[in-house]
Amino acid sequence: MSSGQPIVKFTSVTKSWQRGSGGLQKVSFAATKGEFVFLTGPSGAGKSTILKLCYMDELPNAGEVRVSGTSSLNATRVEISKLRRKLGIVFQDFRLLEDRTAWANVAFALEVTGTQPKAIPPRVQKVLERVGLGPKMQAMPSELSGGEQQRVAIARALVNDPFVLLADEPTGNLDDRASRAVFQLLREINASGTAVMMATHDLELVRASGFRSLELNKGALVFDSSEAPLPEREH
Amino acid sequence: MRLALREVLTAFRRAPGLGFLSVFTIAFSLFAFGLFGLVAYNTRLALERLEERVEIRAYVTEGTEADAVAAAVGDIRAFPEVASVTYVTPEDALKKARTEMAEFQDVFEPEFLPASLEVRLRPGMRDPEKVKAVSNRLKGYSFVDDVRYGEEWVQKFYSVRRAATAAGIVLGIAFAFAAMIIIGSTIRTSVLARSREIGIMRLVGATDGFIRAPFLIDGLLKGLIGGVLAVALMWITRTALTATVFAFEFFPTPVLLLGILVGAVIGLLGSALSVGRQLKRV
Repeated sequence: MSSGQPIVKFTSVTKSWQRGSGGLQKVSFAATKGEFVFLTGPSGAGKSTILKLCYMDELPNAGEVRVSGTSSLNATRVEISKLRRKLGIVFQDFRLLEDRTAWANVAFALEVTGTQPKAIPPRVQKVLERVGLGPKMQAMPSELSGGEQQRVAIARALVNDPFVLLADEPTGNLDDRASRAVFQLLREINASGTAVMMATHDLELVRASGFRSLELNKGALVFDSSEAPLPEREH
Repeated sequence: MRLALREVLTAFRRAPGLGFLSVFTIAFSLFAFGLFGLVAYNTRLALERLEERVEIRAYVTEGTEADAVAAAVGDIRAFPEVASVTYVTPEDALKKARTEMAEFQDVFEPEFLPASLEVRLRPGMRDPEKVKAVSNRLKGYSFVDDVRYGEEWVQKFYSVRRAATAAGIVLGIAFAFAAMIIIGSTIRTSVLARSREIGIMRLVGATDGFIRAPFLIDGLLKGLIGGVLAVALMWITRTALTATVFAFEFFPTPVLLLGILVGAVIGLLGSALSVGRQLKRV
């Protein structure tokens, strides 16, 4: 287990659906401030479920998810909305608004959370420059490459200064070069103090990075690289 | 609020066809409902005019002293059901008969037409039971020879009125319900078209109230514009019918304003329900 104050804590979390597929079984772990954590495992292992539970799009059937003081046991919808303002969320499919420029996509995240209009332009500009899209702020998503679109999505996730960035296979739709560039960006973000939890299939990337990894299989946490000795692994 | 309005405009600019379709669907649904309402309203007015013609005529025995009749008229006017009592002399009756049936004016002779009391009843007091009760009381006066009020006609008239009212209520509810279903599904289509946006809003931490606001304004505006269009369509239809068929009365202004308000409320409720469902889904 990592040291320090946990910002994300799962305690015996079980999640299942009526349709029966996927889910989690009694998963416990904690991620601390500024940590980089990989979630690995085959498709359907529960990686995305962990991320959804973190931003409370799903709630557990048993156990507790606690994210920065907000508990899944008693969080209201308004509290969940407020929690999400402190999280950054990035998906494999970018989830951009196709009819708005890169700038407008990022600004949208500030506008809908009630940021003062005057404060929006400098923050949007700063974050787009940070992800390397300064010259392409006014481009529409369709005019950008996959890697660039993912950078817009990351900029949108970062614009509210989150304490943790949740990335669900952010390089899954990208070629090798773009994947490396996006991962490098996530490393930089992490180096500046933002925790990152990233679901990925790219085991090579995980090994090479040296960051903590949590391996899931059929909804169970089967390996946590921060713990020693290594438990027996099924595959 | 400014952002919500901007989102409404953005959504309209992005899919103007869908926006117009929503407005026209609301307009035509309300128009169908309003047209039915217009027919029901005119039927009611016609029935009210007919109802005003309900009167009781008490024939006075020949040779009755005018003083005795005059004293009774005062009594009868005091009946709670009675609006007016008019003493019609044989000469007045003759004049009236000759005017109303000019082609038979030579047939009428004053000695055949007795004096009578023409009793008109207050609105709401003209149903068969009350008419019969007043008629029976009039029969109690010694100078009254006979009382006529077209019993069969009053009975039939009230049966028709009851049937028209029941049909109006049932069909009105059915039309309103159909309009609400059509409007609800139209608005749901526009909410579904923006489901991606709703999903992103939720992910970045917008509250449910904030997400709902543009959709509610959108529904309210569409309902309002649809309501105004429906009123315009009804007015055009009524003018055309009046010019070609017969004179149709149009709704009074308060009813028109209420109709537009109903359009706005249906738009608002339709949006609220649709976006509520969508919020649960994304």
